Order: sequence, then C-alpha cells, then structure tokens
Amino acid sequence: MLKLFSYLRPHWVATLLAPLLMLLEVAMDLMQPILMASIIDEGVMKGDLAHIQQTGLLMLGAALVGLVGGVGCSIYSSIASQRFGEDLRHDVFRRVQTFSFRNLDELNTGSLITRLTNDIVQLQTMVQMLLRIFVRSPFLAIGSMIMAVMISPKLAIILAIAVPLLFVVMFLIIRNVLPLFSNVQKKMDKLNTVLQENLAGIRVSKAFVRADYENERFSRANADYTQGAIKAQRLVAINMPILTMILNVCIVAVLWLGGKDAIDGSFEVGSLVAFINYVTQVLFSVSSVAMLLVRVSSAKVSADRIQEVLHTESEIQSQANPVRAVHHQGEVVFENVTFAYGSDAKGAVLRDVSFSVKPGQNVAIIGATGSGKSSLVGLIPRLYDTTSGRILIDGSDVREYELQSLREKIGIVLQETILFTGSIRDNIRYGKPDASDEEVMAAAQAAQAHDFIMAMPDGYDTQLGQRGINLSGGQKQRISIARALILQPSILILDDSTSAIDMGTESRIQGALARLMHGRTSILIAQRISSVMDADKILVLEDGRVVGEGTHHELLASCELYQDIYRSQLGGEEPSYG
Amino acid sequence: MAEPKQHSNPVSGGSIDLSMRGGGSRPGMPMTKVKPKNTMRTIRRLWRYIRSYQRGLIAVILFTIITTLLSLVAPYLLGTTVDHYIIPGDFQGLLGLCVVLLAVYAGTAMTAWLQQQVMVKVAQHTVQSMRRDIFARLQLLPLRFFDSKTHGELMSRTTNDIENVSGTLNQSVTQLIASVLSLIGSLAIMLYLNVWLTLLSMVTIPLVMLFTKTVATRTRKYFSNQQASLGELNSFIEETVSGQKVVQVYRREQKAAEQFDEINHKLTNASIQAQIYSGTMGPVMNVLNNLSFALIAAVGGWMAFNEWTTVGVIVAFLNYSKQFQRPLSDLANQFNLLQSAVAGAERAFETIDTKTEYEDEAHSRSIEEVRGEVRFDRVSFSYKNGVPILSEVSLTASPGQTIALVGPTGAGKTTIINLLTRFYEIDSGIVTIDGVDIRQLDKNSLRSKLGIVLQDAYVFSDTIRENIRYGRLDATDEEIEAAARLANAHTFIQKLPDGYDTMLMSGGGNLSQGQRQLLTIARAVLADPAILILDEATSSIDTRTEMHIQTAMRKLMKGRTSFVIAHRLSTIREADQILVINQGGIIERGTHDELLEERGFYYELYNSQFKRSS
Repeated sequence: MLKLFSYLRPHWVATLLAPLLMLLEVAMDLMQPILMASIIDEGVMKGDLAHIQQTGLLMLGAALVGLVGGVGCSIYSSIASQRFGEDLRHDVFRRVQTFSFRNLDELNTGSLITRLTNDIVQLQTMVQMLLRIFVRSPFLAIGSMIMAVMISPKLAIILAIAVPLLFVVMFLIIRNVLPLFSNVQKKMDKLNTVLQENLAGIRVSKAFVRADYENERFSRANADYTQGAIKAQRLVAINMPILTMILNVCIVAVLWLGGKDAIDGSFEVGSLVAFINYVTQVLFSVSSVAMLLVRVSSAKVSADRIQEVLHTESEIQSQANPVRAVHHQGEVVFENVTFAYGSDAKGAVLRDVSFSVKPGQNVAIIGATGSGKSSLVGLIPRLYDTTSGRILIDGSDVREYELQSLREKIGIVLQETILFTGSIRDNIRYGKPDASDEEVMAAAQAAQAHDFIMAMPDGYDTQLGQRGINLSGGQKQRISIARALILQPSILILDDSTSAIDMGTESRIQGALARLMHGRTSILIAQRISSVMDADKILVLEDGRVVGEGTHHELLASCELYQDIYRSQLGGEEPSYG
Repeated sequence: MAEPKQHSNPVSGGSIDLSMRGGGSRPGMPMTKVKPKNTMRTIRRLWRYIRSYQRGLIAVILFTIITTLLSLVAPYLLGTTVDHYIIPGDFQGLLGLCVVLLAVYAGTAMTAWLQQQVMVKVAQHTVQSMRRDIFARLQLLPLRFFDSKTHGELMSRTTNDIENVSGTLNQSVTQLIASVLSLIGSLAIMLYLNVWLTLLSMVTIPLVMLFTKTVATRTRKYFSNQQASLGELNSFIEETVSGQKVVQVYRREQKAAEQFDEINHKLTNASIQAQIYSGTMGPVMNVLNNLSFALIAAVGGWMAFNEWTTVGVIVAFLNYSKQFQRPLSDLANQFNLLQSAVAGAERAFETIDTKTEYEDEAHSRSIEEVRGEVRFDRVSFSYKNGVPILSEVSLTASPGQTIALVGPTGAGKTTIINLLTRFYEIDSGIVTIDGVDIRQLDKNSLRSKLGIVLQDAYVFSDTIRENIRYGRLDATDEEIEAAARLANAHTFIQKLPDGYDTMLMSGGGNLSQGQRQLLTIARAVLADPAILILDEATSSIDTRTEMHIQTAMRKLMKGRTSFVIAHRLSTIREADQILVINQGGIIERGTHDELLEERGFYYELYNSQFKRSS
C-alpha cells in the first residue's frame, strides 16, 4: 500500500499543505478550552469584564484562524486526493490496455471493472481522510493530553488509565466486527447473485412456472443476509455506549477528584471545566483514530487488488528489434504448434499442429465445440503465444514482428460480438477512425448490413447501446464483420461469426467476401459444411489435432470425421450428395 | 461536562460514527437530494411494514426519549455541582451528586444500547420484508416490464434503495427524534436557566441557517455533477474493459486511454469542487459556534458580575447552548437523508405496485389434460406501437405434429413462441389450445403444459443436479440422470470432477455454451411437457453432437406437439409442417419435399446451404 502513496509525490505541495493547515486548526481548537477557562476563572469569577471581552475576541480570532486552517486543509486535501485518484486511475487503465488476452482471462472482466472503479474510490477516500482526520485526531489527542497534564498532572492520571482501556475495548470490538462485516458482504454478494440470475433467467423461470421456487431461493439468501447484518450491527452498536460510558466515568472521576481540590482551593473551577473538555477531546480523538484504522485496513484490500493490476505484465511484448510489417503477403505457416491456456502443456488445447496457408488462399476450419478452432486462429495475431512450436507469417516468426504492425494488417472477427456505445458508423470504422462514409458503406454492403441499417430511422447514425437501439444477434455479427472488412486486412479471420445469420444472408456475405478478399488470405471458422465447402483448403480439427486437411471433395473421400459432420448436417439421408 | 464540538452527541448517537464533522468535514458524499413525490403516502406505506414490529418500535422511541432526557439532565447536574457543592465546599453533596451522575450516565448508556439492539432488528426485518415483496412481485411481472428496464436498474431498486431505507431507519429516525428532543429540551432548560442569555444565543441561529442553506444547495449541485461524472467514467470503464479484447484486436488502446483521460480529468475537477464546498461547512460552523459561545460568556460574565445570575448557571448554559446548536445543523442533514430514503422506498413501492401479468385472470381456468392442438387464427402483434412484428398469422398444429419455423433473423419466429406462452399478449386474433382461447386459461397452468428450451441457456449457480431438477422439482436423482442421458449430457457431466454435484458458476461460466444447452434440454426432458418448444435449442452444439441428440429429441417429440425453430435446415427437415416466416407473415408452408418442389424461399434457403451438393 505504501508504494501507492508515491502517487502523491507529484502533488507534494498540496499533500504537505493539507496536514499543516490542519495543524493550524488543531492548535486553535486546543486553545479554545483554555480560553474558556480563562473567561470563567479570570472574568466571570472575578468580575473582570474587560478580560471577558478580550478573551472573547481572542476566542473568535482563534476560531477565524482555525477557519482558514480548516478550509485550507479541505481545499488542499481535496486537490491532493482527487489528483492522486486521477493519476492512479490513469495508470491502471493504461495498464489494462496493455494486457494480453491471457491477462484478461486470468483477472476477469468484472473484477477489473471493480478495481478501476470501487477500489480506486476507496483509496481516494482513505487518502483524503488520512490528510484530514489522521492528522487532526492524533494531534488533538496529544495536544489535549499535554494541556491536561499542564492543568493538573494529578488528574491526568485518570487519562493514563482511560486511554489504554479505551484502546483495548476498541481493539476487541473491531477485531470481532471485521470478520462479521466481511461475512455480511459475502451474504450481500450471494443475495445479488440470486437476484441477478433471476433477472437473467426470468423467461426460463416463467416458462417453467418457477416463481415459488425462485421466491424461496431468494428468501433463503434474504434471511441469511438479514441475520448476518443484525449480528454485525448489534455488535457495532455496543461500541458507542461503551465509549460514552468510559468517557463519562472519567468525567465523574475528574469532577470528584477535581471538585475536592477545588473545594480545598488548590484547583480553580474554570480549570476543572477546561480539564473536562480536554478529557473529552482525548477520548474522542483516540476512538476516531481506532475507527480510522478499520478504514485503512479495508482500504489495504483495495490497494492490494490495484497493485496486482499494476504488477501484471503482459507476456506478449514486441522484441527488442522488431520487424515492422508494412504489408503481409499473407502466407501463414504453423510449425508443430502446441498451445495450452494454463502454464503446463498437459491441458493443451492444440497439440502439434502443422499446416500452411499460401498467400491469397481461403482456408476454412471445422470441428466440434471445444476442438481448439478459436485458440488456433487467436495465435496468428498473437492474442496468445504458443506454448511450443512457432507460427510464421511471410516466413518470419510472429514474435519477431512489432506487435502493433502485426495486428494492423490482420482483421479478426471474434466469436463474441461486442459493439460499443455510439453510432453504427463509429462502430464500423472502429479500427480505422478516419475512414470515409463511402468506405463505411462499402464495408457494410459487403457484410450485408447496409439494408437493415438503412431501414433504421437514423441509418448509419443510429445510436447503439444502453439507451440506443439494440440489435439482434445476427445484425451485430454483420456489423462486426463490416468492422473487420473496412481495415482491408491482408489476412482476414472470421471466428464462427455467422452463427446467428440465416443461410441466405450468409451465402451473400460469402460471395461478397470472395470478391473483396480476392488475392488476400482469409481463414474462416464455421459449423456448417455449406460455409466451408467452397474453401481452397479445409482443416478438420478434433481434440486439438488436425485430423483432416484438403478440399471438400478430398475430405469427403478421405476424412471419416468430415464425412460424419457432413452426414449429420444432411440428416443422414441422400448419401448421393457430393 | 462538555463534549467536543467535532463530534455528534455521544449519548444520543447510535452506532459508529465515521463521519467526522467539524474542522475536517466529511470526505464521503452526502446524499444528492432526491425528492420523493408523495412523502406522506410513502411513509404511511412504510409504516405498514414497520407496524408488525410496533412493540419494538415503541420501545425504541421510549429508549430514545429516555436517552435524550438523561443527556439533557447531565449538564444541568454538572452546573448544580459547581454552584451548590464545589463553590460552597460541600464534600458530601459532591460525592452524592457524583453517584447520581454516574447512575444517570450508566442509565443513558444502557438505554442507548437497548435502543440500538431493538432498532437494528426492526430495521433489518422491515427491509427484509420489503426485499421479499419486491422480488416476489418481479416474479409476477410481464416480460414487457423487463424489456423496459435494465438489470442494473432493477438490481439497484432491490438492493441500494432498500439499503438506504434500512440505514435511515437504523440511524436517522432515532437521531431525528433525539435531535428534535434535545433541541426542545435544551431550549426549555435554557429558558429556565436564563431568558436573556437564551435570546442572546438565538442571535447566531439565522446565520447558521442561512449558511447551511447556501452551502447545502451549492454542495448538492456540485455533488450531483460529481455523481454524473463518476457515472460517465464508470460506464466508460465498464464498456471498454468488457470489450477489451475488441479494443486490442483493433488497436484502439491509445484512443481509449485518451478518451478515458478526458473523463477522468472531468471527474477530478468536479470532485475537487464538491469536496471543497462541503469541506467549508465544518470550519464555518465552528466559527459561528465560537461566536455564540464568546457572546454568551461575555454577556453572562457581565450578568454574573452584576449578580443577576450565578457562575454555575453560566457554565451549564454554555453547555446547553452547544447542545442546542448541534442538532440545528444536524437536522438539515438528517432531513436530507430521510428524504432520499423515502424516495428510495417510493421507487421500491412503485415496483411492488406494478400490475402483474396475472391481474386480469379472475375468471381463468386451468387445463388438466392437453391433447396438443394449437391454432393461431389471424394473429397480429407488435412489441412497440406502430412497429408490427406479426400480421394476421394463422397456423394449425394437430396433436403430435412437429412444426418447424424457418426464416431470417427478426422475421418473428420467436415472437410466435412468446405469444403461445403468453409472455406477451396478442393485439388481435385468437390463439387456442385444444379449442380453448389461451387468454381464458390460467397462465401458470398453461405454461406448465409447455416445455420450452430457449436459445440463451439459463443456468444458475447451484449444482448440475439442481439445475436439471429445475424442470421438475420432485424428480428423483435417477430421473435426473435418465433425463441427462437422453439429452446426451450424461457423458460430459460424468467427466467433471464432481459429476452431478459440480457447482456451476453464476451464468454457467465453467461450462461451454453447448454444454449449457444440453443441460437445458435435459431440463425440458425432465419436465415432460404436453407441448414442446425448441427455440434455437441446438445452435451452439456442433452438428455431430446434435445428431446424437436428435435421436433423443425424436423420442421426446414423439406423441407431443412440438415447435422447432432452427437455422440449420438439417434439424427440421423431418418436421410434419414447415412454416417459412418472413417479415411478419407465413409465406410458405408444407413439408420439406413439398417446399422444395415449390421452388420458393425455402428452396433458396435450402440450396444456399447445400448449393454445391445438388
């Protein structure tokens, strides 16, 4: 956590001024009780009106100086902590931008989002509190103790007993409360999960008429949470009465011991009042320090989570002297490629895969779910690196290229279609922000998206996303194909990106692709035989191995698995086909 | 005697108070003011929930009153101590009073504790019931309702808004009572002690009120700016990070980072403004309090000098004047909290009051035996007014028939299913099952006769076994296994480390899409419905696996009316009737062979799939 504090360094002026100004305020606050005592002892008791006036003005002056300190501290601590948060967020976000797919898989999207949002806000809040209260409370406590000792060393013994006692009590309560609260948090998560799942599956719940079942599931989580929350909050509720009790017992003790001395005449009434004020301040400051420690310890969790992001290095980096690819010829060669998502090759999803694609060839990959198709194509633009073996583009290992230039000329349409908030036009030219409207339209036409886009009231300016129009799965896929086509890539990869598109449209897209990608390499993953049968070469994948390679007719003759797939799509009838 | 000014009343307070007022100000965010529409009605409504804990609540109020009164008495006793015992030198009296004080303090602590114990329970149980009611209502709402709301919105209503209510019940209500009481009490005692000094201490009140009001309005504005920027930043982060892979594939990292910086910077500026404004509140209050304090001390001293009053009275008075000022500034804050909680409760009640899809079902009847004859007669429907999805669609499915729905995306295939299940109600025409208008049927009884396997496989975080059992809650383990076997899911389930007891992650992340679909098919098998509906049920399953399921499916469909939607024509060629749907109408109908002969839309579709084969 300390490392993250280095983010305060650029804002050191504000970081330093905030506590200093706070010290000013604390000093003024410390003066108040003694001035009050003076008013009572010297003024009211002795009837010295001039003294009352002077001291009263002094009090007001002190309060005004304190105002300067307080407001100043508030200004500078805000500046320091907000800029701290801004810089930290800036770095974390940029770090996430450099992440490899593997990093993203490991850290998982939801958790990355919380780290960038909640966790940083937590730290920011803590820094602000540190700059304000963490200076204020200890100094107020120490200052009050010094004042108390100065007024009466004898009575200060009461403090010597009360403060440690307070510490012990607070410590015990906090130690017991913390696990209870993390328990409550877990139960809250559970409650949210049930709710979220229910909302996501509301159609299924309705279809199976499972309202009662869902209600019961929710009730259980609800009751569980309520029990936990009651338990935690009840324990917390002990805190205040105990704290107040210790404080008040101290006050009575001071009153009794001090009162005796006052009767003896060895102690003044005003001092007694001042002393009681200081005692109160000491005890409250001590308890607020303790409560802050709780905050700090919970912020530490956030700090650790952020550190983890900042320390995650992408394993995919450009080499020291990378080759800049201006333009790929489009030759792709896999040499004994083995790949596993984990670190050891045991759970490999690709095993010893070798094949080559000539420039301008059109290659299709077919195989069962989980056979390794997506993993295979992801290796070409180095979304992941191979575990062993190598991949050559135009004769050079992909790892020798400068990463940006390698990816620049490879257009890949991922299986999962993700579009961003903004107009359809902006989404299509996402990879090429300076594309002209004609280019956008041409890409959309090739992807068979132009017609449905034009059918929308705002055409290409239709807004997508939360408050915009939501497209059907097939429409999204077509836009993401257009998004890849506009790049005019040397190598185009389509990862099962027509699964939600009906066959008529799909075959039109394929026709357009054949024209557009003429002379350029394209690699296509598909489920349907109809999508792959036109390819120059078809790879059949099973369990991470290439079990067949050739044209449609070659494979029908030689590859048993391909025949199987073919039959499954024809429903096993009409064997004369092909 | 006196509590330090930077803390709320220690005796009347409740739980840990992390917000340090005074010089430091609170770094957290105050509530942005959300005005409820009808406060009184909402409070009355809320009362109905709390009412069942009436006794607890009465106890709480009693305890609060006692605590506040005791905390009011204490400074008076302190003043008396000075006047009557210390100054005259009465040892016995001092001792006695100390004992009384101790007892008073102990009593205060005790009642404060009890009050909290009860209040925590009342508040938590109240919101538990509210949450339960919202959730239960959500189960009854029509799908149209869910179309118009995002999940985030609904989640926030059920959690955040309700948490807000519980927090307020827990603290603000009692604090409000305490504040008002100590305000009145202090005023009364001050008046009793000295009328003139009381009037004097009122001098600063208009100042306090004026200042609170100005700062509060400004702060609110700045905080809502901050909230808006934060919301913008968060949704940008959410979108970008969720689409991180696309960002990288298209090399937009730099651009995204720049956009981010812009929003990030905007947030920082808005926050600094908000924080600074709210930070001035404490110190300025401090000055005003001190001003009043100095005034009272000066005038009081002069009065004591002239023997119009005593030193003890002044000491006590100074304390009360503090107790009097504090609740004043607290009240504004508590009122805001209360208001935002009421607004939250109002939103919650809004959901609870939304009309369910069962409300018009007074005369509905349930169906027992279903033969499975389904008819659509000139059915028209639109999700949004003016955008017709289906127009004048008619179809008939005889008992036991398999009907395949084919057509481009967005043609209205799923809509037909949505109308049959009465997820949506038709605009015109009539849908009958076994000759009975489905609008006359009880929705639940209707749906329990339909087995639906949907495109998006819904899997919840529980074991695989429980996920399958969802189809029929009283199914035995053997029946579950049999269903899984039939759906071809048994093999992969057995390969998992814990077999049927494997816990699924929320959303089923640890299964592939295809595996999830197999589970939902098993679920439908288990449900054993009279009419089966498969909506793209096998789209994510590779064709070979699908072929294996086909056999099971065929068994499942045998003797039941089935509706099948699929893109793959191989899946549907055996259907008794194929309906080709395009642009909201049925354009072709017949068997596979008939439609091929017709050489129309279906023929095109079929040939595009096997163009080279023929």
